[in-house]
Amino acid sequence: MIAPVSITLMVNDEHVNAHVSPRTHLADFLRDHLGLTGTHLGCEHGVCGACTVRLDGDIVRGCLVLAVQADGAVVETIEGLSDSGEIADLQEAFRNRNALQCGYCTPGMLIAVQELLRQQSNPSRETIREHLSGNYCRCTGYHAIVDAVEATVRARNGANA
Amino acid sequence: MKASDFNYVCPSSVEEATSLLALHGDGAKVIAGGQSLVPALNLRLLAPEILIDIGRIGTLRYISVADGMVRIGALARHVDLLNSQEIAEHVPLLAEAITYVAHPAIRNRGTIGGNLAHADPASELPACMMALDAVMVISGPSGERRVAASEFFLGIYETALAPDELLIGLEIPVTAAGSRFYFHEFSRRNGDFAIAGLAAQANVRDGTVESLRLAYFAIGGRPTLAAHAAAKVARQPIGPAVIADAQSALAEDLEPHDDQQASSAMRLHLAKVLLERCMSDLVQDQEMKRKALQ
Repeated sequence: MIAPVSITLMVNDEHVNAHVSPRTHLADFLRDHLGLTGTHLGCEHGVCGACTVRLDGDIVRGCLVLAVQADGAVVETIEGLSDSGEIADLQEAFRNRNALQCGYCTPGMLIAVQELLRQQSNPSRETIREHLSGNYCRCTGYHAIVDAVEATVRARNGANA
Repeated sequence: MKASDFNYVCPSSVEEATSLLALHGDGAKVIAGGQSLVPALNLRLLAPEILIDIGRIGTLRYISVADGMVRIGALARHVDLLNSQEIAEHVPLLAEAITYVAHPAIRNRGTIGGNLAHADPASELPACMMALDAVMVISGPSGERRVAASEFFLGIYETALAPDELLIGLEIPVTAAGSRFYFHEFSRRNGDFAIAGLAAQANVRDGTVESLRLAYFAIGGRPTLAAHAAAKVARQPIGPAVIADAQSALAEDLEPHDDQQASSAMRLHLAKVLLERCMSDLVQDQEMKRKALQ
């Protein structure tokens, strides 16, 4: 029996202290220990992107980071990004453009898109597709997702103009 | 799937890490960014007794340029290389290749040392190290040693590292002014593992190519320098006959494998296509290409 390890981290602006088994990955920790089930698990080996979360400000695969490695880190999940309103316009654009159907990929997709839009103010469709190439969607065929991202880009640039 | 149980230890120095490796031997695995190791753990392809997490050894995350050498710490992340002005300016081949490595979420976390020590034959970076004539800096119980990239990669997931040794960094000669490079790979999806790829570096003068290093990856069990093919084009005016000659020589250089992505015949064909594109790219003006990276 492996002894649990004590970790302290910030999750969506809240202090969290916990004991975790070293083998527990961050996505399981968020879902099973903290009840933050907006982070989804698809493949659990880094291919599908459904478990995308922010770690110290950058997007990572939640299934490829061990919870013990997140000791001392700042984690943001889809719940945090939704509650803060940071991506409210993007979520609205996803609804308007039918950029989700079953919704399984959507939390990871939204977090990945938001990283791109923080880095680039006016990405091309090709750049959007490339940035999202690590996030699988089995419903939409991606076209509507790219449309929703473009619509958000236009709206944000218009609002800033 | 979930990883099987393991112990976890997080050393704060290279010395501490190598003594832990010596203590635990084959039962230990080193984790850095974990972007190759954690999938293997989750799939239970690996079940170590203990993970030694070197990710918090801050002194191993750097990129520096001095005395004609670019030095990169083992914990420099792919995203660090991607955003580095030093890499864009002094090792443009690596700057281009890094855009092909996985996806943004993985590049934010994966490290160059982890990638090289993992030695996946389909990975871009080991081949780049061969094309660039890089040297691996290794720390072990008896101190530091240096191993040329061409002698570091031994087979599938197999390197010259002993069980009690740690890859701590690498040294790449600054790319000489006027030197040219080529990088391309074929894959099913952006960021996926390549089906066949080529990293190349050469000096080009008056339409002829010298000191050409052709490093193929995803063809056979380890990255391979195609020396026979390179010899065929050396100091020749580049044209269809010379390229065809070099393409034929690839059969002597490469040992393409079969898998679910491609047959060995298809891989050899793709290697020839890459060679042709590489040669015509190398003899063209590359000023635009270098500028685009900066």
